[in-house]
Amino acid sequence: MNKTALIFRHEFFYMIKRTGFIIMTLALPVLALLAIGVYQIVSKIEKPVVEQVKIGYVDNIGNFTQFTEQQNISLIRYGTTAEAVQALNKKSISEYFVIPEDYVSTGVIDRYTPERQLEAPAATTTAIRGFLLGNLLQDKAGSEIIQRVENPLNMVTTRITETGAPATQQGGYESFIIPYLFSILLVISIFASSGYLLQGLGEEKENRIMEILLSSVSTTQLLTGKVLGLGAAGLVQVIVWLGSAVLMLNLASSTIGGFISTIHIPSNFIVLGIVYFILGYLMFAVISAGVGAVSPTAREGQQLSAIFTVAAVIPFYFMPLLINTPNNPVSTVLTLFPITAPVTVMARLGLSDIAPWELATSIILLIGFIIGGLWFSAKIFRTYLLMYGKRPGLKEIAKSLRG
Amino acid sequence: MCAEQAVEVSHVLKRYGDKAVVNDLSFTVNQGEIFGLIGPNGAGKTTTIRMMMDIIKPDSGQITFLGKHLDDNSKNKVGYMPEERGLYRKLRVIDSITYLAELKGLSKQKAEQRAEELLKQTDMLQHKNKKIEELSKGMGQIIQFLVTVVHNPDLVILDEPFSGLDPVNTELLKNMFIDLKNKGKAVILSTHRMNEIEESCDRILMVNNGRSVLYGSLADIKAKYRSNAVLVETGDELGDIPGVISRRRIKNKTELILDEKTYPQQVLEEIVKRRLNITHYEIATPPLNEIFLKVVGKNHE
Repeated sequence: MNKTALIFRHEFFYMIKRTGFIIMTLALPVLALLAIGVYQIVSKIEKPVVEQVKIGYVDNIGNFTQFTEQQNISLIRYGTTAEAVQALNKKSISEYFVIPEDYVSTGVIDRYTPERQLEAPAATTTAIRGFLLGNLLQDKAGSEIIQRVENPLNMVTTRITETGAPATQQGGYESFIIPYLFSILLVISIFASSGYLLQGLGEEKENRIMEILLSSVSTTQLLTGKVLGLGAAGLVQVIVWLGSAVLMLNLASSTIGGFISTIHIPSNFIVLGIVYFILGYLMFAVISAGVGAVSPTAREGQQLSAIFTVAAVIPFYFMPLLINTPNNPVSTVLTLFPITAPVTVMARLGLSDIAPWELATSIILLIGFIIGGLWFSAKIFRTYLLMYGKRPGLKEIAKSLRG
Repeated sequence: MCAEQAVEVSHVLKRYGDKAVVNDLSFTVNQGEIFGLIGPNGAGKTTTIRMMMDIIKPDSGQITFLGKHLDDNSKNKVGYMPEERGLYRKLRVIDSITYLAELKGLSKQKAEQRAEELLKQTDMLQHKNKKIEELSKGMGQIIQFLVTVVHNPDLVILDEPFSGLDPVNTELLKNMFIDLKNKGKAVILSTHRMNEIEESCDRILMVNNGRSVLYGSLADIKAKYRSNAVLVETGDELGDIPGVISRRRIKNKTELILDEKTYPQQVLEEIVKRRLNITHYEIATPPLNEIFLKVVGKNHE
């Protein structure tokens, strides 16, 4: 086995055996499974019989007599306020309201309750609203119209192609939610993997094992093996997450249904997700290697790499803009700029079609950045990785690049 | 003579900024010898070794290993124990030795077999499944040495090998060097503690401020810097001996400094004539650190 492959194997297995890595990889599928399990258990428990509530009312207008059965609330008519108060005291009703003579012009209803409340419960408001609406319109419209007046808009949007046929990739939260969640997970995964790389380099410097390794392998072999080994471990993590997301969605659609059953993963997402994960990881790995080489300890390295972490999450600050106008110039800039590209592309995949030229340019720029970064990192890595306890200044770094 | 050379360092120069930390250094190390690279801290020993291991590049000069430049393949024939030691703290002993042996070109199976052999030889087989962080410092040092020699290298370079070792492990390590030498391997011992290695070395290079100040066989150097003195071990009172200008105790022996006209044989004849009971008599040679001080004229130790 060649030495790069040996380092790859060592780094890969050293990483996937780490408790932190195992917990992070399995946490998502396990939590999702638990959530589905809990939902199923809860849904199997027999639902308690909904208590029928009785509310009294005094009608000073005289024609509010229909629609007295609203969901689980029965409205009972009383002739006078005194009768209603008597019924309340006997606990025949839980509260009562009065429809004043000028109700039609003012819309004011006087509600009386023995409870101390911030506001009327939603169920009570809905019931009284339905009762009033029905009685107001009963002579003027049929029951269907009354229902429509209560809920006039239920919009269904369909994205169409030039021919007018429905497009394969539809919009909406259903297709946005998974790519968005994955852009967050991608960031966590990339930062965790490249963070482990940074930590590993720092530990090897602190443990002084670096010099022993370099007596057997070249800096390029060491860097390549490490970057690929840790990248492969990160990829395993992403594949576990993606695979479990597909399984969980299928499971959740059949058990929970509702909005969840409409969520789907865009078809181009899995391929591009993996491509951008690999490129994103390699980019942050070469940055980490450079930072690791110039930092005397793992802790200082992590502090220094925070600058790049902040830059990589910039797309999240622009998320409202990306959601509302996915194809604006800012999105294009964020898609093309290598440090923000992985997260931006991931989020945009669920929002709009990214122009092929944008994707191609973004991938080329990312690859260019990685190659340049690798050259840069290898140079300073070789010069500074045996420096213990001293961080080189910018002048020294520039000098080592020229040398 | 050339065929015996394990390493040849020729006119090597390394600068950090304006300072030449290694300045026009040349020496050879032969197979089957223990070579001492000695000098005070900051003399340029570690930088020289790192250049020999191709970890850092010299600004000028050449270094060859068995007549060739150090490449990936010849790196596998060198064992290096740096001054700054370390192993993966969370890794098991057996896995640490095996992984680093594989990086030196051994197959996994062969590496595991060699690791077990060495652990058995050093009486540490029972610790093979322990993590490195669970070992005592002394045990860790021995594992570090095993990692250095697990691939049966032709050249072994040890930077400050006795640093932090107790007397038992120091002796164990010294015996291992001699064993390596007897097997025809070249061993380079680098240290600033000159007296610790003088009894083990065949030849030495003494460096100061990056430059060579003494180079050659230890016996020749000692003969060259020999003072006119003898070492005597006796239970009797020596008394006044003609030609002895001063005396001092060195452990259980007495060193007698002679005047220019007196030979050691004359002193021995005088002792025999007086029927004194002596258990040891030798022509005194100065320790390496004294020779170093004579050469550079400063007190570095």
